[in-house]
Amino acid sequence: METIKIHDTTPNDLPWKIVYDASRCTLCGSCVAACSFRAIEPKIEKRRMVFSEGDLPDPRARFSAVPVIKQVNSLKNYCRGCGICEKVCPNDAIRPVRNPDTRHPIVTRCIGGDSIKRGGRKNLTGSTRTLDQLRVGRISQMTDPSLDAQRHTFDMLAPFGRILPAKDLPLAVGPDGKLTTTGQAPPVNWIYPVIIGDMSIGALSWRMWEGVAMAVAYLNEECGLPVRMCSGEGGVPVRLLKSKYLKYLILQIASGHFGWNRIIKAMPDMVEDPAGVLIKIGQGAKPGDGGLLQAQKVAEHIMAIRGVPKADLLSPPNHQGLYSIEESVQKMFLSFNAAFKFRVPVAIKVAASATSVSVFNNLVRDPYNIVGGFFLDGIDGGTAAAHEVSLDHTGHPIVSKLRDCYLAAVQQGRQGQIPLWAAGGLGKTGDLAADAFKMICLGANGVFSGKLILQMAGCVGNDMGRCNACNTGLCPAGITTQSPALAHRLNPERVAENIVNYFLAMDQELKKMMAPIGNSSLPVGRADALVAVDQAVANRLKIQYVC
Amino acid sequence: MCRIGAIKSKNYIHPCKALQLMQSQQKGHDNSGFAMVMQDLGGIFEAYKDLPTLSMACTDEGLKIAEDILHEAGFRRVLQWVPETFPSNDLDIIAMPNYVFETFSYPRSYNKASVKEKEELLLDMRLKMRKALEPEERGFVYSFWPDVVTLKEIGDPKDIGTFFNLWQEDGKFSAKVITAQCRQNTNYDIVRYAAHPFFLQGYTALANGENTFYQKNKEIQAKLHRGYIGFESDSQCFLYTLHYVHRQLGWPLPYYKHVVTPLPFDELSKRDDAEQLRAIRQSLANLELNGPNTVIGVLPDNTLFTCCDAKKLRPVVVGRTDDTVVISSEVCGINEILPDRAWNTDIYPNEREIVMIDDSLEVVRWKQ
Ligand code: SF4
Ligand code: SF4
Repeated sequence: METIKIHDTTPNDLPWKIVYDASRCTLCGSCVAACSFRAIEPKIEKRRMVFSEGDLPDPRARFSAVPVIKQVNSLKNYCRGCGICEKVCPNDAIRPVRNPDTRHPIVTRCIGGDSIKRGGRKNLTGSTRTLDQLRVGRISQMTDPSLDAQRHTFDMLAPFGRILPAKDLPLAVGPDGKLTTTGQAPPVNWIYPVIIGDMSIGALSWRMWEGVAMAVAYLNEECGLPVRMCSGEGGVPVRLLKSKYLKYLILQIASGHFGWNRIIKAMPDMVEDPAGVLIKIGQGAKPGDGGLLQAQKVAEHIMAIRGVPKADLLSPPNHQGLYSIEESVQKMFLSFNAAFKFRVPVAIKVAASATSVSVFNNLVRDPYNIVGGFFLDGIDGGTAAAHEVSLDHTGHPIVSKLRDCYLAAVQQGRQGQIPLWAAGGLGKTGDLAADAFKMICLGANGVFSGKLILQMAGCVGNDMGRCNACNTGLCPAGITTQSPALAHRLNPERVAENIVNYFLAMDQELKKMMAPIGNSSLPVGRADALVAVDQAVANRLKIQYVC
Repeated sequence: MCRIGAIKSKNYIHPCKALQLMQSQQKGHDNSGFAMVMQDLGGIFEAYKDLPTLSMACTDEGLKIAEDILHEAGFRRVLQWVPETFPSNDLDIIAMPNYVFETFSYPRSYNKASVKEKEELLLDMRLKMRKALEPEERGFVYSFWPDVVTLKEIGDPKDIGTFFNLWQEDGKFSAKVITAQCRQNTNYDIVRYAAHPFFLQGYTALANGENTFYQKNKEIQAKLHRGYIGFESDSQCFLYTLHYVHRQLGWPLPYYKHVVTPLPFDELSKRDDAEQLRAIRQSLANLELNGPNTVIGVLPDNTLFTCCDAKKLRPVVVGRTDDTVVISSEVCGINEILPDRAWNTDIYPNEREIVMIDDSLEVVRWKQ
C-alpha cells in the first residue's frame, strides 16, 4: 500500500480528466502523437487477475503488464480539454471530461509562485448577455413597407476616417451651381462594417495569417465586400507591404512598436496605401496588460518581421512617454498622418473603461480633426495571451459604453464625426450579424472581431476553459503556434473558405435584419429599432422596454 | 395614409381649389384634419407683401400674450383679417376660439436692417410666441413671415372648409402657391403643430410617407439650428433638412436630393463629382431619409418642387396647363381641378429625380 502524498499532483487536481477505455484502445498511438501538450503518455500498468480452474475453488493470481494511455500528472503538461485525442481516436477510446472539482487555480499559484497565464478568453460568465436581451422590435409594415432582402439593394458600408461637419467641408458653389472642392478634407475610407480584428502575425501561425489574408482578398475581389483586416501589432511581411493587397490592411502600432521599422523602410516601395492605421492604446480583454509573445512563439520569420531576438516579447501596458490624451492625439498627428501624407486615416483603439466617454469627448473636440475612428474594445473578447486575473477580472462591458459614447456625441451634435467601432464578445454565440446589427442601432458605425475569426478557422477553444492555450505556442489547431508540425494541421485554403462563407452568410443575415426595419443603408444610432426585454437594460441604453 | 397636394399658378387662386384637389383623394387619407400654407398672397394681403403676417389659432388670452410680445418688440399691426366662421354642431371640427391673420410693420430699429437680420428676428419672435402660448395650449403660432398664411385644423377637411367658408370662392383670400394636406398626425399624438405642411423662414415642406430615420434626423437636427424644434411628426425632418441644406449651407436645390437619398457608393464613385458627393454623404449621413416618402417643398422664392424616396415607394404626379401646375399624390386630384389639361404631359417623377417649377411655371427635371 502506498502512503498518501497529499501534495502530489493528480488528475483530480487538474481542470480536465482523461476518460480512457482500455478495452476499446488498439494502442495505435494517434492520441499521444496528436496531443500537443504532452498531457497523455503511454504507460505500462500492472494488472492482477484472480482466477480459478477446475471444479473446486482454487483461486490463483496472474500478473500481467498492460500498455495503456494515461494522463500526465503535471501542472506543466496538464490536459487542456482540447479534445484532439478524441478527434483522432478511431475507436472512441479516449476523451477529456471537465473536472468541476479542479484545484488547478490554487495549486498552480502555490507551486509556481507566479501569476497564471493563458490564451485570451473570458471564462468568468455572468448573467445573460445584454445583446441577447435586445430584439429588433420595430417592424416595418403597412404604410412603411419592409424591404426585400433578396431583391433590394443595400448599401452596407461604414466610414473609417475623420468626418467633418457639413459646414466645415471645403466646398463652395461654383458659377454653374455645382459644388467644387476648395481644400483638403481628412481621408475617409468606406469599408465593410465588420473588420477582422487585430491579431498579430506573431500570435497567429503563418498559415493562419495566410488563410485570413486570402479570405480578405477573396471577399474584396470576388465577392465585392470591402472587408478590411487589421494587422495587429508586430509588423507585416515585407512582401505584403509591397503588394497591392496592402490596401486591404489596416496597420496597427501598439506600445511595443514592433515591426514599424520594417514598415517605414518599405514605404518607398509601397504600391498602395494601407486601408488605415490603428494606434492601439489598450485592449478590452486585458486592459492594463500589454502584449505578450512568449519566446517559444518567436520563430525565425517573426524575428525577421519584428527585428527582434528570440525572447519573450512584451509590449508595455502603455505607450512610453504617453501621459495624456492630448499627447496621444499629437503623437498620431505627427507620426502617421504625416507619414502617409494625410492620405491614410488614423484611428485609435482603447479598452472600454468607466472613463471612455471623457477620452472620446476629448478626441471629438480636438480642433485638428485628426482622429479617424474610435475603436472601443470591451471585455469578453480577445485572443491574445495574458494573465488570467486580467482576463477574468478586469475590463468593461462594451454595450453600454458604446451607447454612452454615441449619446455623448449626440449631446454635442457631433455624432458620426469620429466613427465608432466596437468589439468585445461580439459573435460569442456564433451569430455575429445579430450582435453587429444591434451595436450599429445603438450607435456603432461598425464592429471588429478577432476571436470569432479563430473559431471560423477551427479553434477548438471556448469560454468555458476549453483549450485556452494560445499563449503556449502549442495550439492544437495550428492557429496560434509557430511550430511547423502544428501549423501544418491547419489548411489555409479551408481557413479562407470558412471565413469567406461566414462573411457571405453574415452579409445575408445583416440584410435580413435591415429589411424589416425598412432601411437600405446602415441604421447607425437607430435605437428606436430596438426593444429590450429587461427594464434595467432598457433604461440604461435609453430604449423601449417590452414584455 | 397621407395625401398631399400643391398648386402653383400664374394667377391668384382661392383655397377652394386646394380643398377640391384633396377632396377627390379622400379615400386615401383619413379625413382627420386640414392644413395648408399659402404663399405669394393676393386679395387683401397683396398690398403687404414685404411685411410679416402672423398666422395663429388661439384663445383670447393667447391672442393678448402674442400681441403683447410683438408690440413690446416694436412691431405695429397694419392689417388684421379675422375669417368669418360658421360654427355648427353638425361639423366635425375641433375649433379654437380665434383664428388670427395679422400683418405687422417691422420695429423702427430695423429700418436699416438687412433682409437676413429681419428674417432672424421673425424667427425669434415666432419661437418666443410659440413658447409663451404653449402652457395650457393657449395658442398655436404657425407662421410669422411676409407673404405667407398658414391654416391648420383638426377635423373633417370638408367640414373645416365649411366652417371657414372656404368652399366659396372670393377675391379676398388667394395665393399663387398653395400646399395642402388632409390628415392630422395619426402616428403620434394629435397635436395641431404636427400637421404638415411645415413652414420655416420661407421654406415649406409636406410629405406623404414615413421617415424611418426619424430618430437619427431628429437627434442631429436638434443641435443644428434653433428653429428645428417640435418634432411632433417625422415629416418635420424633411423641412429642416431642406432649410439646412439650402439656406444654412447655401447649396443649390439639387444637393437636397443628394443629402436625403444619396446615391449608393458604387454609383457615386463612377461620377465626375464623386469627391463632392462622397463628402456630402459622409458629413450628412444623419440627414439621410429612409422609408417610403414623397416630399413637396416650396423655396423662399416660391419655387415649387417634388422628389421621392430612393426606392420610389410612394406615388406622386405632376400635371399642368399653361397657367397652373398641380402636384398631387393621386392623379384624380389633378383631374378634378385641371380637367382639360393634356394628361399625356403629366409627369410621374422617378426615384432619382427632382421636378421643379419656377415662377414662369417652367418645369425643370433633374436627375440626381
Ligand atoms: S484533450 Fe487535448 S490536451 Fe487533453 S489529452 Fe486530449 S489532446 Fe491532450
Ligand atoms: S485551439 Fe488554438 S487558438 Fe484555439 S484556444 Fe486552443 S490554442 Fe487557442
